Amino acid sequence: MAKINVSVIRQGIRGRLKVKEETRKFYNGIFIDLGELVLFTGKVFQQMFQSPFEFREFTKHGFLLGNKSLPLVAVTGFIMGLVLTMQMHPVLADFGAQTLLPGVVAISMVRELGPVITGLICAGKISSGIGAEIAAMTVTEQIDAMEVSGTRPLSFVVASRITAATLVVPILVIFADAFSLFGSFLAVNIFEDTSLTLFFNRSFSMMGFVDLFPSILKTVFFGFFIGLIGSYKGYTAGRGTESVGLAANSAVVEASLTIFVIDLVFVLITSIL
Amino acid sequence: MDKEEVIVVENLYKSFDENSILRGINLTLHKGENLGIVGKSGIGKSVLIKSIVRLIEPDAGIINVLGTNILECDSNELNEVRKKVGYLFQGGALYDSMSVRENLLFPIRRTQFKDKQHDTEELIEQSLSSVGLLDAIDKMPSELSGGMKKRIALARTLILKPEIILYDEPTTGLDAVTSGEISELILKIREEYNTAAIIITHDMKCAKIATDSIKIMDEGIFMVEGTYDELSHSEEKEIRDFFI
Repeated sequence: MAKINVSVIRQGIRGRLKVKEETRKFYNGIFIDLGELVLFTGKVFQQMFQSPFEFREFTKHGFLLGNKSLPLVAVTGFIMGLVLTMQMHPVLADFGAQTLLPGVVAISMVRELGPVITGLICAGKISSGIGAEIAAMTVTEQIDAMEVSGTRPLSFVVASRITAATLVVPILVIFADAFSLFGSFLAVNIFEDTSLTLFFNRSFSMMGFVDLFPSILKTVFFGFFIGLIGSYKGYTAGRGTESVGLAANSAVVEASLTIFVIDLVFVLITSIL
Repeated sequence: MDKEEVIVVENLYKSFDENSILRGINLTLHKGENLGIVGKSGIGKSVLIKSIVRLIEPDAGIINVLGTNILECDSNELNEVRKKVGYLFQGGALYDSMSVRENLLFPIRRTQFKDKQHDTEELIEQSLSSVGLLDAIDKMPSELSGGMKKRIALARTLILKPEIILYDEPTTGLDAVTSGEISELILKIREEYNTAAIIITHDMKCAKIATDSIKIMDEGIFMVEGTYDELSHSEEKEIRDFFI
């Protein structure tokens, strides 16, 4: 009869228990993180409306975030519009429906692709930037120095960045939509001669208020969460220099995921309404 | 008559996970007193002074700062106490996106600090003169040496006219001459601003110059207290070793 190796079985059980423990810790960590984020948001709102309001800081960050992201957003939007039009043209041409092309591209860009892609770009650029900048301030004890002198850093450092991101992201999305339509116009002209007026008439004839309003509204939420998550990750960064990289990295991941969740919620709400 | 107590810490405990750092610390700081705290690295000296301003939340104990139990006050009350307590960080913690002038202006503007005798510009110049760096007013922190950064950080601390200053290793990373200058400066500031101070240091020259009494911390409690001369000539080798 074959001998049973007890130590191997014990090791196997220990290994499985360790995996379970790690899994438990991982899921607990998510909920703890979520709870802390809610508390952090509450504190930010508490300090946001206390004087003095940092209008100069808000405009500085608004300008920096918008100015730095605009070229990237514009180029991406332009290419998206161009590519989408070139890929859809043969499909619509098979049904003799080329005239619908500007409207189809406009609706897909304005309702979905423009906001989500711009949101993801901003998650990568703005959220990571805010996360790294605030984490560097945390690591070098600048945030502690503000706390300890009673200067309320959540209002000065965090609230100004969140309000700036909330304002800037919708503006960037509008730019991305505009550039994508321009890209689409150029692509349509590869296949046929179309005037700019005719192209935009066809684009906007298929679009209504219900397409535009929810898409702009959700970008306000995108901006808020991009700023909030970046700030939270920076503010709660550890003490070593590696914390700066970790904060930037996790800000991008979590902000990107949040954008998809917000998008899903808005699609569900608008489909019900 | 006994001097007024400005900080009273009773039975303070703090642990990080399984690691117990503070194990029942008791401390009293009187008005105008410079108290030194020495001890090995990583035994919780910085944790203690960070707890005093609630940058770290202790697990148990009482911390009374200028008559306020800071562990029981709300954020507005805490901010009011913090304005009266200066804190000099190890690295200075200057705001690197701001010039020296803006670094000093920042706490005034944010706390809406008012001084009846001086306007803002005079306050900035007075603080910088106290640390002997009026010339550096328009420089950026990146243009300053380590010693200059600490002096400017000290000037920023002084601008709100604190009643207590907490120094976290004020001379660490500085050469002997600059360390001596900073130590003398700590004494000068006490004379000028009538402050009480807790000075955490590994630099025995600084402890000798700047402190009235010294507490030696070990394993989460204070093992002994005395003046520099008393402790450096202690009969116990374990205590004398700190002063070599």
